[in-house]
Amino acid sequence: MIKLSNVRKEYVLADDVISTVLHDIDLTIKHGEFSAIIGPSGSGKSTLMHLIGLLDKPSSGKIIIQDRDVSRLSDNQTSTLRNEFVGFVFQQFNLINKLTVLENILLPTIYARRAFSYDPRKKAMYLLERFGIANKASVYPNRISGGQQQRVAIARALIMEPSLILADEPTGNLDTKTGDEIMKLLKELNEKEKITIVIVTHEPDIARRTKRQIKIVDGHIVTSLKSKK
Amino acid sequence: MNYFTFLFKSALFNFSRNKGRTFLTSLGILIGVMSVVLLTAAGLGLRKYIQQQFESIGTDTIRILPGTVIRNGQFRGGGGSLGSIRFDERDVLAIRRVTGVANVAPVFTKSANIVYGGKKQFGDVYASTDDIFVGINVKAQYGRLFEKSDVQKRAKVAVLGSNIAKNLFGDASNAVGNTVKAESQVFKVIGVAESKGGGFGGPSLDDYVYVPYRGAQVFNPDRKFSAIIVKVKKGFTVPFVKDEVSKALQRRYKEDDFSVFEPTEVLNALESIFATLNVALVAIAAISLVVGGIGIMNIMYVTVTEKIKEIGIRRALGARKSDILYQFLIESVILSLFGGILGLVLSELIILGVQQFFPAYIDLGSVIIALGISTLIGVVFGVFPAKTAADLVPIDAIRNE
Repeated sequence: MIKLSNVRKEYVLADDVISTVLHDIDLTIKHGEFSAIIGPSGSGKSTLMHLIGLLDKPSSGKIIIQDRDVSRLSDNQTSTLRNEFVGFVFQQFNLINKLTVLENILLPTIYARRAFSYDPRKKAMYLLERFGIANKASVYPNRISGGQQQRVAIARALIMEPSLILADEPTGNLDTKTGDEIMKLLKELNEKEKITIVIVTHEPDIARRTKRQIKIVDGHIVTSLKSKK
Repeated sequence: MNYFTFLFKSALFNFSRNKGRTFLTSLGILIGVMSVVLLTAAGLGLRKYIQQQFESIGTDTIRILPGTVIRNGQFRGGGGSLGSIRFDERDVLAIRRVTGVANVAPVFTKSANIVYGGKKQFGDVYASTDDIFVGINVKAQYGRLFEKSDVQKRAKVAVLGSNIAKNLFGDASNAVGNTVKAESQVFKVIGVAESKGGGFGGPSLDDYVYVPYRGAQVFNPDRKFSAIIVKVKKGFTVPFVKDEVSKALQRRYKEDDFSVFEPTEVLNALESIFATLNVALVAIAAISLVVGGIGIMNIMYVTVTEKIKEIGIRRALGARKSDILYQFLIESVILSLFGGILGLVLSELIILGVQQFFPAYIDLGSVIIALGISTLIGVVFGVFPAKTAADLVPIDAIRNE
C-alpha cells in the first residue's frame, strides 16, 4: 500500500549547511498493518510520518502510495489523497476551537470532492456514540478533557473512512490510563475495520502494543521487527 | 452544514472574537463608502433641485438676454451683459408681434434690501409688467398680483415672494396692505406670491419682489430691461418661436449682441457642469476607499498569521489551496461589505436629516455601486493575504504555534 524507496529528507539551514533528517529510507507498509515508528526525539520519525501523510515532500527518493508516485501528483491531488486516504491523529489533538465537536468531525467532509455512500452526519454521531462522547456533540473542544479531545480527533480521522490512520504521539498528551484507552481504540479499529495504522512514538511501551516496530535512529531505520503476537 | 456555511461561520466567529478590530477595519470602508454615496446623493439632489426650479418656471418659455450666454449647449464665459445692449419697450413690442408668442415679459432685476419697520431682508427686485406672472408661472397666495392698469398708472405697488413676506411680517398673510421700502422707494404690498420652494445655496423665486416697471423708477429710470421672458403660444414649438424671435431681434441687433434660449438649454448646460464636478469629487472620495482597502489588507495579513496552525490542520484534513484562499477571501469580503453596508445606512440617515433643506437622495445605482465596490475592495485587497495563506507549506503551518 505504501512503499518508500531511497527516501531522503534534507533541510538547508544556511547557504552550505545541510542537515539530513532521513537517509535513504526503504520501507513498505502493507494494507492492514498496525505498526509503530519508534525512535528518540530528533530521530526523524515525525518527518517520516509527514512524508507518508503527504504533508511534506522528500528531497529525493520515491514514495508510492496506492500505486501512485506521490512526486507526480499535483497539489490538488495530494490534498484529495490526504482527504480520502489518510486520517491524522496528532499529539496536540489539533481540533479547531471555534467549531463544535460535531463540526470538527465533519470538517474533512467539507473538503471532500466525492459523493458519500453514507450520511456523514449520521456517521459522526455514530462515532461519538461508539466513543462514549455522544453528549459532547455540540460542545466546543476546549470544554472537554484531553482524552475526549483525542477521541474527537480519531472520529475526525475516521469520518472519511480512510484506509490509513497516521497517529503522531497520540498518547503523548494523555495520562497513562487515557492513553491506554486510546491505544485500545486504535487496535480495535485495526482489527475490526482493517484500517492500516501507523503510530509514531518514543515510548517503547506504546510501540510494543502494535504488531510491528520500525526503529529509527539518526535518520536510519535500524530494525523493523514484527511482534510475536 | 455545507461548504459556504462553514466558511461563513469561520469568518463570523473571527469577527465576534475581535469586535473592536473588525469595526475599526470596516471603518475605513465605511468612511469611503459614505463619502462617495453622500457626494453622489448631493449631486443627484442638486440636479433634482435645478430641475424643479426650471419646471416651476415652465418649459414653454424662452429667455432673451444681452450678449452671448449659451452657445452649443455650453455656457460661454465673457459674453455677459457688461457693455452690451439693453432691451427697451420697442423690442418688447417687436417680439409681441412674432408668430407663436403668447406673452412677453420684460424684466429689469436688481438685488436690494427690502425694509419693513426695523426689519430688513435681501431679495431680488423684478421690475416688469403683469406679464411676468404668466412668464414664470407665479400665482397669488394672499392679496392679488398687479395688473396691466397698475403698470400703466405707474402704481408703486409690490408683490412679495413668500419667503420675503414671511421674514418681514412673521406670517405672510400680514403683508398685504402694508408698505415696504426698497432703495428709498416706498411700495404698497398688494399681494404675496405662492411658494415655489427650493432656494438652497442660491436665489429662489420665493426671494423675489415683483414691481411694475413704470412705477419702480429708482430701479428702472430709463425703462430698459436686462432680460425678456417669452411664453410660447399653444400649438407652436419652442425651437420655432425661438428662431422667429431671434430673426425679429436681428433686424435691430447683431447676432452676437443677444441670446435667445430655452430653460432646458440652461438646465443641460448646468447639469453638464455639475456632473463633471461631481465625478471629480467622487473620484477624490474614492481615494479613501483605497485607504480603507489597505486597512483590510493589513488586518487580513494579521488574521492569516494568527491562523497559520488552523490552516495547517485544514490542509492536513484535505483542504486544497483554493479552499484556504476562499476562506480568507470570504472573510475580507464580509469585512469590507460590512463597512459598506454600514456606510450606506449612515449615509441614508444623514440624507434623511438633510432632506428638509435639500433634495439629496440615494438612488438604486448608488446602492449597487456602493455594495459592488465594497465587495470588489474585499476581493482585491483580500486576495494577497489569502494567497499567502493558501501557499503555506502544510507541514510548516501545522507545526506553527
